[in-house]
Amino acid sequence: MNRWDVLVEVSPRAEIADPAGTTVERALAALGFAGVSSVRVGKAIRMEVTAADVSEARSVTEQMCDRLLANPVIEDARIELRAAAQDHSP
Amino acid sequence: MSAAASVPRNVTVGVVQFPGTNCDLDTLDALAELGARTALLRSDETSLSGVDAVVIPGGFAHGDYLRTGAIARFSPIMNAVESFAGAGGPVVGICNGFQVLTEAGLLPGALRPNAGLSFLCQPQQLIMASVDHVLGHGLSPSDQLSIPINHFEGNYVCDGATLQRLRANGQVVMRYVSNPNGSVDDIAGICNESGNVVGLMPHPERATSELLGSTDGCKLLEALLSAAASTRQAVDHHAA
Repeated sequence: MNRWDVLVEVSPRAEIADPAGTTVERALAALGFAGVSSVRVGKAIRMEVTAADVSEARSVTEQMCDRLLANPVIEDARIELRAAAQDHSP
Repeated sequence: MSAAASVPRNVTVGVVQFPGTNCDLDTLDALAELGARTALLRSDETSLSGVDAVVIPGGFAHGDYLRTGAIARFSPIMNAVESFAGAGGPVVGICNGFQVLTEAGLLPGALRPNAGLSFLCQPQQLIMASVDHVLGHGLSPSDQLSIPINHFEGNYVCDGATLQRLRANGQVVMRYVSNPNGSVDDIAGICNESGNVVGLMPHPERATSELLGSTDGCKLLEALLSAAASTRQAVDHHAA
């Protein structure tokens, strides 16, 4: 078995209003950051997943997203996987 | 209190308590004042103990971590609630309870942060949109009610097809007279297709005494007791 560093990025779906994103965008403009648009505020979920290979790690993470981590009515989930550093192994 | 003589008293309403629920005791008290028997149902229980209706009250179940209702929906009690709802039992989700019911898939759509990003705690004028559900007995469409809201995530969203279906089937239970949170179509409450599962953001248990500013919440809770009595009769009849 191998370990994978997994990042799940959950964001409001494109057609869903994101008041937090809109507010951050206005605040950035107020601070003088010109040319910033399409700000979306979501959440990042990091974890370590033990799996036989990368496709199993991805598949199990997709199941986690479907069942709990994201609500498909309002959110999209994006998954990033990276092999965990070997020196963490017991 | 306006516990009318016609309110059925011979029913038991279960009120679910998750870790972080905070409107459970107010809801129990309001139902008891109307003459109902009440039962507090802990979220780790697996049975509804024979209640005639279930209320999932407001609060912050499991801290609302991840998303409102996201963790709560996997509580053991929710399997029993889903079976009860599937068998036609009256289930009402108030505020956080509404959020739990959408997460559980018992009601369509979802609740997002308020459009203005303010936590809203205020009296709210509502207009009944349909009465063909477990909170409708004794009310008429276009009846106006004043019932407080108390939420950060009350902004109801659903896709266009779902909204069309809700409207066509009379599943919009009530609307805000003046939309406080950005909800699509001013929606404050909805029901499932059979009308036995209702979710609403306003808190009827907080509008049960003139001292609280309104007794309109009694109308909805009394309607629930009537629905519970009908369900009970149906069950008793079936068993007889």
